[in-house]
Amino acid sequence: MPSFDAVVIGAGVNGLACAGRLSKAGLKVQLVDQAAQVGGAMATREFAPGYRVSAVAHLVNALDARVESGLDLARHGLKWSARDLATTALGENGDHLVLCGAFGERLDGSISAADRAAWTELRVRLLRFAAVLAPFKAMSPPRLAANAGNDLIALAKIALKLRLLGRDDMREFLRLLLINVADVVEDEFADDRLKGLIAFDATLGAHLGPRSPNTLILLLNRLASQAAGTVAGLALPKGGMGAVAAAMANAVAELGVDVRANAPVRRVLVEGDRAVGVELQCGEIIRARHVVSAANPKTTFLDLVGRPQLDTGFVRRTRSIRMRGGAAKFHLALSGAPDFRGADLTSRLVIAPSVNAVENAFNAVKYNRFSEKPVMEIIVPSAFEDGLAPAGHHVLSAIVQFAPREVEGGWNDRRGAFGERIMATLEAHAPGISGLIVAAQMLSPEDIERDYSMIGGDWHHGELAVEQMLFLRPAVGAAGYATPVPGLWLAGAGSHPGGGVSGAAGWNAAERLIGSEGAQ
Amino acid sequence: MNDPRLHFNTPLKTTPFHPRIAAANRLNAWGPWGGYSTALVFDDEAMEHTAIRNQASLYDLSPMTKYRVAGPDAAAFLDRLTIRNVAKLAVGAVHYTAWCDDEGKVLDDGTLFRLAENDFRLCCQERHLPWLLDSAFGYDVTIDDETESVAALSLQGPCSFAVLKRAGLDAVAALKPFRMAEFAIGGIPVMISRTGFTGDLGYELWTAPDYALALWDRLFDAGSLHGLRPIGTNALNLARIEAGFIIANMDFVPADIAVRADRARSPFEIGLDWMIDFDKGHFNGRRALLAEKQAGSSRWALVGLDIDGNVAADHAIVYAGRTREVGVVTAAAWSPSVKRNIALAMIERPFHAEHSGDLWVEIYALRELQYQKLMMRARIVDRPFFSHSRRRATPPAEF
Repeated sequence: MPSFDAVVIGAGVNGLACAGRLSKAGLKVQLVDQAAQVGGAMATREFAPGYRVSAVAHLVNALDARVESGLDLARHGLKWSARDLATTALGENGDHLVLCGAFGERLDGSISAADRAAWTELRVRLLRFAAVLAPFKAMSPPRLAANAGNDLIALAKIALKLRLLGRDDMREFLRLLLINVADVVEDEFADDRLKGLIAFDATLGAHLGPRSPNTLILLLNRLASQAAGTVAGLALPKGGMGAVAAAMANAVAELGVDVRANAPVRRVLVEGDRAVGVELQCGEIIRARHVVSAANPKTTFLDLVGRPQLDTGFVRRTRSIRMRGGAAKFHLALSGAPDFRGADLTSRLVIAPSVNAVENAFNAVKYNRFSEKPVMEIIVPSAFEDGLAPAGHHVLSAIVQFAPREVEGGWNDRRGAFGERIMATLEAHAPGISGLIVAAQMLSPEDIERDYSMIGGDWHHGELAVEQMLFLRPAVGAAGYATPVPGLWLAGAGSHPGGGVSGAAGWNAAERLIGSEGAQ
Repeated sequence: MNDPRLHFNTPLKTTPFHPRIAAANRLNAWGPWGGYSTALVFDDEAMEHTAIRNQASLYDLSPMTKYRVAGPDAAAFLDRLTIRNVAKLAVGAVHYTAWCDDEGKVLDDGTLFRLAENDFRLCCQERHLPWLLDSAFGYDVTIDDETESVAALSLQGPCSFAVLKRAGLDAVAALKPFRMAEFAIGGIPVMISRTGFTGDLGYELWTAPDYALALWDRLFDAGSLHGLRPIGTNALNLARIEAGFIIANMDFVPADIAVRADRARSPFEIGLDWMIDFDKGHFNGRRALLAEKQAGSSRWALVGLDIDGNVAADHAIVYAGRTREVGVVTAAAWSPSVKRNIALAMIERPFHAEHSGDLWVEIYALRELQYQKLMMRARIVDRPFFSHSRRRATPPAEF
């Protein structure tokens, strides 16, 4: 007799969201995670004595509204240090361009009237198109097969939205859908800072450069999201990303989910061609009517389920899922506030001087090298709230691109060299910052893979790219959260609609599972 | 040695027996098989078929695709690859098997030889190395294509045992059907299995290419008084139709080769479902096959037909009630052994069922540049069309 209705593997944002949703539907849920603390890549960590930062993800830009309200995260302690964060595109000599409000509602800084007008127009256009795509994120990916059980009403609504765009907008939508971001910004603007920023945002977290095909859709995907109630907004959780994890953990605990940390799973138990539970590393067996894995799809199928339970074609597809992270994480403990030539430290700071700067930075990873002139997104969390660093001191958190999972020469030997390149870039934009350093930490994609079980250091657990989206995500045969093994479900970032601090995949998976219960 | 860039100079390879076969091939009739030149006919197709059924025949089997699967997980790997239960295959035994893709559609059929506990040979028509290697991911096995490194002959016919005995191999008498053992003929090491593709008494002989010509000569020395003759593919094809055996790419299209999605066939649809062991644990295609079985959703059936008249119905359309197309003949022949006009046909269900109605085949017989259209009555009959107790008798009779 199973002890639980569902056992959920992995207590990251998706595992927590899924467990919470299942519990709300009345299912008895066990949530297990290998780490000592739940939250996965939502973590606030001390990287030097007295200095704490969000260890991996450091901004919220896509928290699923269903998760935020459904789990009542505000009541469970989620507070924001800042909402509608502005973005500062750092100029070479202090001529910064600031995008205020959600995705630059307003531009501050010197920029030509023509670019200003073009930006206003493009921004509206992109947000309108993103709004058409947004409903896809909150549903199981549609399938092409006949009688595939698609949510026809939801699809009809999307089709209607598309239709309501009108003929000209529809044409423009289709033109832009699979285009590369570089072509778009070069068509529209002259300003390198603006072009560089949009090119950077589209390729953030991807293994693509701005001239790679299908990069604009990644930007649309981000704009189709919301944070703290604002579409396309950016928000900073108070206490760092670990606070989001804590709020979610409180929420699911209150809903009755049995959460177990320090409980790594050895394998998914399959009996009579049905997943019936999990066996922990310690040998303990937890039986459940459903097994839900929010772990990486390769890990789930190849390690936890195991090769013999799966068909060759499916294993081929699973092994072929591309998971190449291209981003490193860089943390500095500083003895004072860095000065990015007057830039507002309570904004998101982006170093991406031009489209070519981003493209050149990307070129390196194609050849297993790190960028000599990396581009990056910087947050100074200590400028928003106290307590993350000793009084008067600061912490800086940067997502730095691009860094390959396997670097020529090996990360052990090349870590310092990349750190120097990052520092040279920072020093160029914040003169004197090197003199403030108390401690530094660089997490290569290899480190991120090891510490957070993200294969390839890819925070999407399967690159977010057109050919790995919707019914192709993570692989044909497992795209609808159900898998070839009856009773086993996927609920992680590797599934539609992908990663980030969102929870959409986990929530969608739970909805699908609950739907299957009703159908029985 | 050979510059691999010049491979196009020899589009077809020759087998280790080629010097003897070329010398005996009086009609110089050749056809390609798996990248090799093979004899279609030596001098008289009818006499070659007669040798299969009344004397002894020798066929060069070397072009058949052969994989060696070895290692601690070999049996487990093959069990998950193929639809039959490998655990039930004893060391020294051979079984006929098949394997499917994820959708439960047949990729190929073939014979699996268990040479030792963890050592197997898989013989089949088509090439499958990428599929086998990908299927082996996670298993401790090695898979080698040994097509080129094993020379093989098929010795078939009522006198085949007598030929081997005269060659000094009395011990072969103890070999039961689908069993194999190691022997030596005048110092030539040879593995002999009691298998074949004729539905008759017969053996397959496996050796290293270096011994090929000596083995050929020893067999003909021993076989001359028993009417041993080399046979080509045409005579063998006639014998295999009589025996009711199917061939990939002739009677079904392997799922990985089929261009049209609806051409792939499940084991249920080509008469191989008797092999499936649903209880042995997971194997490739199991979920799809179980669903097909439970839903009864098989669309086709491979059947044997007995057709009126004596004109072979190759590739004829099969009709139900003279008007409705329900299938196609995949192989057909006037059988000299059973004196019937026989065929294998792929029939849409439910017209495959016996007494399901009147089946007809439309034969276009070309008679001196004019087609004579024949609409002939066909009856579904059991396969094999030809069978004889001498095939299974152990010890075999000496004719």
